[in-house]
Amino acid sequence: MKLMQPADGSGVGPRTPGVAAGRLDAEALARNFDDIAPPLSDHEALVAADRCYFCYDAPCITACPTAIDIPLFIREIATGAPEAAARTIFDANILGGMCARVCPTETLCEQACVREAAEGRPVEIGRLQRYATDILMAQGEHPFSRAGATGRRVAVVGAGPAGLACAHRLAMLGHDVVIYEAKPKGGGLNEYGIAAYKTPDGFAQAELDWLLGIGGIEIRHGQALGRAVTLEGLRAEHDAVFLGMGLGGVKALGLGDLEGVRPAVEFIAELRQAEELAALPIGRRVVVVGGGMTAIDAAVQSKLLGADEVTIVYRRGRDRMAASGHEQEHALGAGVRIVSGAVPVALHGEDRLQAVECAYTRDGSAGLEVTGERFTLPADQLFVAIGQSLAGVPDGLAVEGGKIQVGAGGRTGLEGVWAGGDCTPGGEDLTVTAVAQGRDAAMDINAALTGAGAARAAE
Amino acid sequence: MADLRCDFVGIKSPNPFWLASAPPTDKEYNVRRAFEAGWGGVVWKTLGTDPPIVNVNGPRYGAVWGADRRLLGLNNIELITDRPLDVNLREIKAVKRDYPDRAMVVSLMVPCEEEAWRAILGMVEETGADGVELNFGCPHGMSERGMGSAVGQVPEYIEMVARWCKAHTRMPVIVKLTPNITDIRYPARAAHRGGADAVSLINTVSSITGVDLDSFSPEPSIDGKGSHGGYCGPAVKPIALNMVAEIARDPETRGLPISGIGGVTTWRDAAEFIALGAGSVQVCTAAMTYGFKVVQEMIAGLEQWMDAKGHANLDAIRGRAVPNVTDWQYLNLNYVTKARIDQDVCIKCGRCYAVCEDTSHQAIAMKPGRVFEVIDAECVACNLCVNVCPVENCITMERLEAGALDERTGQVVRPEYANWTTHPNNPMARAAE
Ligand SMILES: Cc1cc2nc3c(=O)[nH]c(=O)nc-3n(C[C@H](O)[C@H](O)[C@H](O)COP(=O)(O)OP(=O)(O)OC[C@H]3O[C@@H](n4cnc5c(N)ncnc54)[C@H](O)[C@@H]3O)c2cc1C
Ligand SMILES: Cc1cc2nc3c(=O)[nH]c(=O)nc-3n(C[C@H](O)[C@H](O)[C@H](O)COP(=O)(O)O)c2cc1C
Ligand code: SF4
Repeated sequence: MKLMQPADGSGVGPRTPGVAAGRLDAEALARNFDDIAPPLSDHEALVAADRCYFCYDAPCITACPTAIDIPLFIREIATGAPEAAARTIFDANILGGMCARVCPTETLCEQACVREAAEGRPVEIGRLQRYATDILMAQGEHPFSRAGATGRRVAVVGAGPAGLACAHRLAMLGHDVVIYEAKPKGGGLNEYGIAAYKTPDGFAQAELDWLLGIGGIEIRHGQALGRAVTLEGLRAEHDAVFLGMGLGGVKALGLGDLEGVRPAVEFIAELRQAEELAALPIGRRVVVVGGGMTAIDAAVQSKLLGADEVTIVYRRGRDRMAASGHEQEHALGAGVRIVSGAVPVALHGEDRLQAVECAYTRDGSAGLEVTGERFTLPADQLFVAIGQSLAGVPDGLAVEGGKIQVGAGGRTGLEGVWAGGDCTPGGEDLTVTAVAQGRDAAMDINAALTGAGAARAAE
Repeated sequence: MADLRCDFVGIKSPNPFWLASAPPTDKEYNVRRAFEAGWGGVVWKTLGTDPPIVNVNGPRYGAVWGADRRLLGLNNIELITDRPLDVNLREIKAVKRDYPDRAMVVSLMVPCEEEAWRAILGMVEETGADGVELNFGCPHGMSERGMGSAVGQVPEYIEMVARWCKAHTRMPVIVKLTPNITDIRYPARAAHRGGADAVSLINTVSSITGVDLDSFSPEPSIDGKGSHGGYCGPAVKPIALNMVAEIARDPETRGLPISGIGGVTTWRDAAEFIALGAGSVQVCTAAMTYGFKVVQEMIAGLEQWMDAKGHANLDAIRGRAVPNVTDWQYLNLNYVTKARIDQDVCIKCGRCYAVCEDTSHQAIAMKPGRVFEVIDAECVACNLCVNVCPVENCITMERLEAGALDERTGQVVRPEYANWTTHPNNPMARAAE
């Protein structure tokens, strides 16, 4: 793991009590939040690409939610045509640049790689994807052009991965798109959620600008559905509506309010938007509740900011955590402690949090049971990462398991309304899944708008 | 421990690994270090007449690479030594004096005149060298001046020069052959007729390694222009092996000692050349790729293999594969095999399926779960699946025993040997006796 040094001079360091800013000096922070997987050099990429067997009907393609033709793009890299490789990637996944950085490849394409089965060392698909996409994106020009204008207008709600993938594909097919976005910046969780060291140097905004280079997409910020605009209004003014608003709400712990307790996503968003990491306060002792990527990211980044002790408390066994083994290892390597099989049962502290009381759990006949065996973790901060939830579903949409119900192609029950990404069920809540669903919905919208779908149905 | 000592036409060396005539043997400094590293002998870089030739002053080499920039083929447009004759002769004498147990062969290339050859042979003899190698092989530069492969491509010239040399020296004469001909047996027979003690082969193969797609110049490029060079290294080994085998089994040249050259990179390559009849092997590209130290791997590997197989010395392996090299028409058509895929080691890449389905005989089935199985009724046993499979020994060829049914032909495998010469489809078939 990266080095951590106490800040010089100020007297503030990892062991300073309470919640404090500047536990590490600027240099250590810069190092800690630097690119976690630096780009491959040309030679490294050639060597890595050469390991691909160009499998028939390759399992990695099946394992990629966006079904990128992986053997083809790797062969294109191997033969010295990285721009062609990037085209192959973007054809399937316009956010291939971000996905190359954030996809848990160890549970997706690289898990399916035959070399993973053969020797426990898959082809480095993610890093190769980054290599190719970086090269093409650095050239500044947008690689796609739009089909002739159809005169159709589509509203997209949310400029996250789902909304952007949908908008880009629609724009490419000749439709005009308006994205209604609640926040001041686009990108969704790419901008506000993903761990900082996975996408440093403002990549999320750079990618967004590059994507918009296709033309025909207008983003209107501060336009929250349910407040500034209504679904009825959007339907009236557009030929179709795509909902890609993700999961805006957070699940609460239900142990009362106390200063020092906050949703992990809020802390992460603040961190992602921080001008200066040294100004960001962090506790000496931090507890994170949850078992997913958000919990891991909150814990690791707390540690990287200089927290002295960081503990993840997860209610079941580690094998049941939503975070992959690779991510768990990453957290452990960063010095995070993972306590599994336990839940917080009480928060202690006068005006602010001082300790989290937990109880061990066991699998009982009625599911998970809390035992009487308890322990207490001193804590200055508690980040809650037990899941996000759908916020403000417009009337008329069926909700299933806390998500907007959709059929094939992302069609909702409402005529002319599609949805995709985290706000819908199906697949894991991942950037790449959101991209796939946004893209597929765009194809379905296009079919509906141009009559291709109707024509096919008639055949 | 196996005995690697080598006696090639009376030239003795502690092992059969000689450095071929090329830059590694172009000066005393190199050759001393090569001997210290363990090389059994050298063929000194080709000497010519003074004034020395000049080389180009831009790149001399082009290359072809495999994975991880592994050098597979090297191409050069270098000429013979560009140092004065007396300097080379003096150095040869000094090195031979200090390393009397190593083979010191001197490569020569002078104009096609008897007097030129007679003169230089006398000077070489003076150095105490063990033998000479006549360079009739360089395919570039020198050939434009009527030397090198310009001689090697005309059997009559080879015979003539070999005869002159035999007449004017007591040293063993080795004729180095060019592969840039249509049938290697003709130049080899010519050398034999001229009285040469041995042949060595191959010299480099005429080649262009590539074209620069920006400047449209062949590689290596000299000021925007390129000239064909000579190709060598691992890529040429199969060509060299075949030529060595052709000479070894030709009734006219059978028994003529051969120094095998071309792509020898490991002990295994060397063992293969020896098995096809080579008495010594010569190495250039492997040394130019990895340095002199590679010889230590070659020696250790050859020893280990010979020990494991119980081969006491080089005589025990030399030429052992020659009787098994035959003409296609004599191959046993009753030898029937089928591909077998070992499901336990299969990694399910599907390459065998892709190639058999697209380019061969649709003899591999892809079953649910990416299970690949050979369809015996379609498999012609071509071996392509074996060759493309990334896992060694995952796909193998299994012989159908006599009496078994070949599902492809619907016929029972017959026990006797039968070849094309007696096959009913052969219009020239002779009745089997
Ligand atoms: C902390 C964290 C870390 C993660 N790390 C990874 C990772 O490493 N790899 C990975 O693959 N996935 C990761 N994920 C998951 C991934 O970020 C999401 O699956 C993905 O962003 C979903 O895309 P989306 O477009 O559906 O939603 P979002 O990215 O959430 O985008 C929704 C957009 O809609 C806007 N919006 C919301 N409500 C409204 C409204 N009412 N009106 C208008 N606009 C609205 C939002 O502002 C946002 O811009 C992580 C998630 C979190 C929370
Ligand atoms: C740069 C270079 C220069 C060579 N010069 C000579 C030469 O002067 N005389 C000669 O007989 N062969 C010459 N050769 C050919 C080598 O001796 C040898 O026959 C050939 O390279 C094949 O062996 P290899 O595959 O081990 O390199 C040269 C080869 C190279 C690469
Ligand atoms: S040996 Fe040839 S024909 Fe038989 S399965 Fe393999 S590729 Fe197909």
